[in-house]
Amino acid sequence: MWTKCPKCGEVLYRRDLAANLFVCTRCDYHFRMKAYDRIASIVDGEFTELGADVLPGDPLDWSDRRSYPAKLKSDRERSGLSESVVCGLGSLGGRRIALGVMDFHFRGGTMGQVTGERITLLLEEARREHVPCIIFAASGGARMEEGMLALMQLAKTTAAVSRFMAEGNFYVVVLTDPTSGGVSASFAFQADVIVAESKAMIGFAGRRVIEQTIRQRLPDQFQTAEFLLEKGAIDMVVERADLKGTLVRLLEYAAHE
Amino acid sequence: MSNNLIVERERSLVELERRIAELREASAAQPLDMSSEIAALEEKYQLILRELFGTLSPWEKVHMARHPNRPTSLDYIARFDRFDELHGDRHFRDDPSIVGGLGTLRARNVMILGQQRGRDTKENLHRNFGMPAPEGYRKATRLARLASRLQLPIVTFVDTKGADPGISSEEHAQSEAIAMCLQAFSTATVPIVATIVGEGGSGGALALAIADFVIMLEHSTYSVASPEGCAAILWSDASKAEEAAAHLKLTADDLYRFGIVDQILPEPLGGAHRNARDVVTRTLDAVEAALSPLAALTPEMLLDHRYRKYRRLGEWQAEGLEPVRTAR
Repeated sequence: MWTKCPKCGEVLYRRDLAANLFVCTRCDYHFRMKAYDRIASIVDGEFTELGADVLPGDPLDWSDRRSYPAKLKSDRERSGLSESVVCGLGSLGGRRIALGVMDFHFRGGTMGQVTGERITLLLEEARREHVPCIIFAASGGARMEEGMLALMQLAKTTAAVSRFMAEGNFYVVVLTDPTSGGVSASFAFQADVIVAESKAMIGFAGRRVIEQTIRQRLPDQFQTAEFLLEKGAIDMVVERADLKGTLVRLLEYAAHE
Repeated sequence: MSNNLIVERERSLVELERRIAELREASAAQPLDMSSEIAALEEKYQLILRELFGTLSPWEKVHMARHPNRPTSLDYIARFDRFDELHGDRHFRDDPSIVGGLGTLRARNVMILGQQRGRDTKENLHRNFGMPAPEGYRKATRLARLASRLQLPIVTFVDTKGADPGISSEEHAQSEAIAMCLQAFSTATVPIVATIVGEGGSGGALALAIADFVIMLEHSTYSVASPEGCAAILWSDASKAEEAAAHLKLTADDLYRFGIVDQILPEPLGGAHRNARDVVTRTLDAVEAALSPLAALTPEMLLDHRYRKYRRLGEWQAEGLEPVRTAR
């Protein structure tokens, strides 16, 4: 029923929070959105999922404190998702789009084989239909429990992005909190236009890794969307409330008609 | 003191090596026949060598891949017929942790790229321990594109713990630099042959390893993150790296089984540095052998072959937990 804002401590009624796109009504804190909430906030109406029947396996037979299948099962129960990305086709501002949305609540948004496979299926379908592709990134990087097969998804998605873009198709990525590692270093930073949600943390290396390497605390604004904009790494920083409108406007420039 | 397990283990051989050398010298200097003593000592030496290095755990392989005497990219590049190094990213600076340039391998003109670590502290500081900054990846991107324009096959040597995780690298958009390098390799219209010669760590290694043919030395490692990085990510404890190494499936055998590596090059007992000359020769032989059939393919065929090669990598299970199947 109620959710407490982790930034200002305000207790928020969940329905109000949802109506405000999961942005704190008091301090403007942007909560990490669930994939289906995000999709609902972006597409006009219907959304046809793609690759939903492709589910993660356990290629490395991984088990540390818990087995990998057990980790997947609890993430699945907690997030209501079967993988860290939901992909599909819908329309935005009356135009058909291919849309992929990553969700940090499933394994920290890490990219496993199925994440890479679904994104590749999405880009291949967008290429076939010659429609723009929008991907919302949120990821801690490649997934450790799938080892090198996870890392290879950087190569696979890159190849799919390259093919898609080579044919005059428009590719937009929205970086959301947080995006780092193998996802930021592959399909996320290959987009034609890179939008970032306000205050999102975005980088290659995680904050902790950098702090351990240089043995000092980083300033708070380091790796924020605003910092990346200033450094010239992204095109724009947008508040969540303005995101849909911004995407609609961008798509109009790539209308081709 | 070294923090390298293999170097530590080699210390136990030093005394025996010294005795064999002394005996040889003595034997040469006097008429007494000591060949049977020498043979006995050498047999003992081989036995110990096999005991120490005959089978290596994943963690031991990590140390072998990081051995200070292991041949590095420049040791391979030095054995090309010619090499003309090209420098810089044309934007900010030259990154010495990636070496690149035009070269000739047995009469074939090629573009060469490799990550370069140092052998000692001074050299490591210069090369940033083989961890490339965005400028290094931008140089690689530039040279990969040049290779396509000049229709020169690309030959790479992979040897890095990973991309540099520093402040300046973040400010200069490390993610973008790697992402563009991946794209340049993915779309290069020339054959690419990559060899994992040391440590292949994460996206920073993959940036030079999207290839039509991937060779890996027997004791090299190639993983989604360094074992230390993996342990830090999963358990917030980098000291559990040995445990991570056991889980990551980072050996040449593992990766050959997954279809990520196309050929494994055997190393001498005790590692590549025990006969570096032979290892480099055989590596260059393998690179040449891999390039020949690829040179016959048209750019369209190459791109299609490369796309399908990476498209295949991934396994999953269908709804209802049916047996794992492989991608188209």
